[in-house]
Amino acid sequence: MRGGKFLTSVVAPVIALAISFLIASVVLRLVDIDPLTAYQEMWTFGTTTESLISMVNRAVPLFVSALAVGIGFKMGLFNIGVEGAYLLAALVAAYIGALYSIPAVLHVLSILLIAMVVGAAWNGIAGWLKVKRGVHEVISTIMLNFIAFSLSAYLFLNYFQEDTGGLIVATALIPETGWLPSFNPVLGWFGIEPRVGSELHGFLLIAIVLGVLYHYLVNRSRFGYDLRASGINAPAARASGVNPKRMIMTTMLISGGIAGLVGMSTLLGFSHRYVQDFPTGLGFTGIAVALLGRNNPVGMAFGALLFGFLDRSSLILDLKDVPREIVTIFQGVVVLAVVIVYEVISRLVQRQTVAAAAKATVEETEAVAS
Amino acid sequence: MAQESAIHLSGVTKRYPGVVANKDVEFDVGVGEVHAVVGENGAGKSTLMKIIYGMVRPDEGIIRIRGKEVHFRSPKDAIDAGIGMVHQHFMLADNFTVLENIILGSEPMNGVQIDFQTASDRIKELGEKYGLRLDPGTRVETLSVGERQRVEIIKVLYRGAQILILDEPTAVLVPQEVDDLFDSIRELKAEGETVIFISHKLDEVLTIADSITVMRAGETVGTTTPDQIDAGQLAEMMIGSELPTPETRTSTVQDEVVLEVVELSLQSEDDRDLLSDISFTIHKGEIVGIAGVEGNGQAPLVDSLVGLEATATGEVHLAGEDVTNDEAKDRRAAGIGLIPEDRQRQGLLLPSPLWENAALGHQNGPPYAKGPWIDKKGARAQTEEIIRRFAVKAPGPDVPATALSGGNQQKLVVGREVMANPKVLIAAQPTRGIDIGAQAAVWEELKAARQAGMGVLLISADLDELIGLSDTIHVLFEGELVAELDPAEVTPEILGSHMTGAKTEAES
Repeated sequence: MRGGKFLTSVVAPVIALAISFLIASVVLRLVDIDPLTAYQEMWTFGTTTESLISMVNRAVPLFVSALAVGIGFKMGLFNIGVEGAYLLAALVAAYIGALYSIPAVLHVLSILLIAMVVGAAWNGIAGWLKVKRGVHEVISTIMLNFIAFSLSAYLFLNYFQEDTGGLIVATALIPETGWLPSFNPVLGWFGIEPRVGSELHGFLLIAIVLGVLYHYLVNRSRFGYDLRASGINAPAARASGVNPKRMIMTTMLISGGIAGLVGMSTLLGFSHRYVQDFPTGLGFTGIAVALLGRNNPVGMAFGALLFGFLDRSSLILDLKDVPREIVTIFQGVVVLAVVIVYEVISRLVQRQTVAAAAKATVEETEAVAS
Repeated sequence: MAQESAIHLSGVTKRYPGVVANKDVEFDVGVGEVHAVVGENGAGKSTLMKIIYGMVRPDEGIIRIRGKEVHFRSPKDAIDAGIGMVHQHFMLADNFTVLENIILGSEPMNGVQIDFQTASDRIKELGEKYGLRLDPGTRVETLSVGERQRVEIIKVLYRGAQILILDEPTAVLVPQEVDDLFDSIRELKAEGETVIFISHKLDEVLTIADSITVMRAGETVGTTTPDQIDAGQLAEMMIGSELPTPETRTSTVQDEVVLEVVELSLQSEDDRDLLSDISFTIHKGEIVGIAGVEGNGQAPLVDSLVGLEATATGEVHLAGEDVTNDEAKDRRAAGIGLIPEDRQRQGLLLPSPLWENAALGHQNGPPYAKGPWIDKKGARAQTEEIIRRFAVKAPGPDVPATALSGGNQQKLVVGREVMANPKVLIAAQPTRGIDIGAQAAVWEELKAARQAGMGVLLISADLDELIGLSDTIHVLFEGELVAELDPAEVTPEILGSHMTGAKTEAES
């Protein structure tokens, strides 16, 4: 059903976006602001080279976070614990990564590995609780988030903090061998020369690789088949030989491993140390992005870019006396709209598919019968 | 029967993918009569009732309730028109009381509070009137099946139904409870209610009905009364002349044992015995039937054999190999095929394309997988082969399984299992709820598989199917195999008495 695929993957998001714009416009009207002017300001500011770079930089961790959530969603597991996992992973990776210096590629890879191990271990606790004790992962991951926040604050302030001599509270700086190079030289090949201080983080490449791996793992591999089957119909997957406990554990570990990488774009590409105001909330926003992108890597990439664009372009709104919260409203509405529109359209498509199948086969039957 | 008609249907047609469920149905029920609808599984009885109850909208045809044409959009419309349905599977909240279950969804209000007193009085009054005595304060979980059914009936009456549809009401009851139910039906009739009684048990129908409508292959064959017809003639009407029989002729049983089950026992989590000391063997080319009233251990038996229940004690040998400690994946790879009892719940991924459904249970090897990857090309080719060989009515391997009719879904499931050529095929209720054509096709495939040397474990509630297909029949009663019978000698009646525990092995 090619037409159906087009309807659900292209038409549905477009309708959802249109609805979101409409609702945001109504809200703006209610506070006496001309929506068109506001959108125009956002668009003008949001499409400068520096803004676009910032958009991508903001989108990358959201995309990684969405991948972590999405793989759980695919088997019906709701990992709310990406937030806690990535913060803890970033802290531990920052601390350990600053302790040694080895050749560049190895140093970066080793830090990534540490982050993945910490993330996997942390979310693995929720997997283990579910498998062994039947604790629902939504409950355990939410609780583990709180523990992760407190644990990381405790570790950070008592053990991992470095005396920087200045006002910032941070871990030690990771040696330069553990830095990810900026992507700006690549932009230079295309004749794009961003202003000084505007850098496209090198983690973009790793995020793209992750997206491709996600696609092959979920949609092409035997593991992915078991994963999706478990999500669609758990009893049938079990009857087909899938061990549900092993599946839950593996998926939680993979999800946590990806979650561990959420903070790496910032850590390796920009801050090079864990600072007190290390970005938070990426794990939660990742859930919205995963919903927006329907757990599909390309969809989630678009969703992450949209959120990145909205976050960045909203900066101009304060200067123009437009409440910036309109962007938050828009982000909320778009997620709801996508979920609803997608559901409506896929039902329509399904009804048509069934009707078409009925027609094709009944005609055949009647031809045989007569 | 020239009295006023309660329900009148003419020319009602409903098509589903691959099957016309109802075709030009003519159906007339008089006010205050008990009207039975009989027909085989898949004859279209359920669809017809769903149409009358507003759950399904017909493609063509006219429905009149008490002479007035109606177009129900949902069961709510039907309820408003005074129609009530008692489903075969009860829809009750176990941890609610009888009273709470009955008023659920139509609570009488006393300001903002639920007026339990009024409701309770009303229920007692209904109980008195129709001889359906129940204590409104009892929790449903403590009730027997027959009592639960009474709750369902009162629930429907409470909502003001004057026309009651009872969908296979006796299927879940023991004989004593059936008698009670019939008493209630007579009371209902005496009070002027109209009852539509769906069944495929002819003796019951002849006992209770005023008139009988017979359905076959989606059409109404005719309407008659119990004094005009006997059970034999009624069966002929139901079956028609061209009915396929499940009978197998010559024995193909070989000496080689493919499945040996030794003293298999299984306890539930609360230490009840689900299975006790089950032992049997299946030879190459043999169909071993398991008879039993549902809930006597069939599902635990299948789960233990497939490896879904790991706590089973005892041993399972597959073609001489001990697979007792193997998990489901390995057992399936070693050659245990499964046609699950509930295909939609355990056998299919409804929203997924057929090729992914064909791979289910076989996703770890060719032709569905290559190394760690799913082989889409191989899987699609195999699916096309299944569609062709098993006459699955489907446009192609890419349509979702949900687009297929039940019979065609079942043919796909049977096809994928047979094509995988297992040593032993476990077929649980392989023809349940599918149309006669598909039923015959499944029987043919099981016979062919037997011919080809496969061992088959057939678990079925259809006694004719069991007797017709099996080489050996075991009776499962309360988790034990209580009798081994020769299908050549046994009748459904004898089988039935073993199934209810009325006859012990010593007597037989």
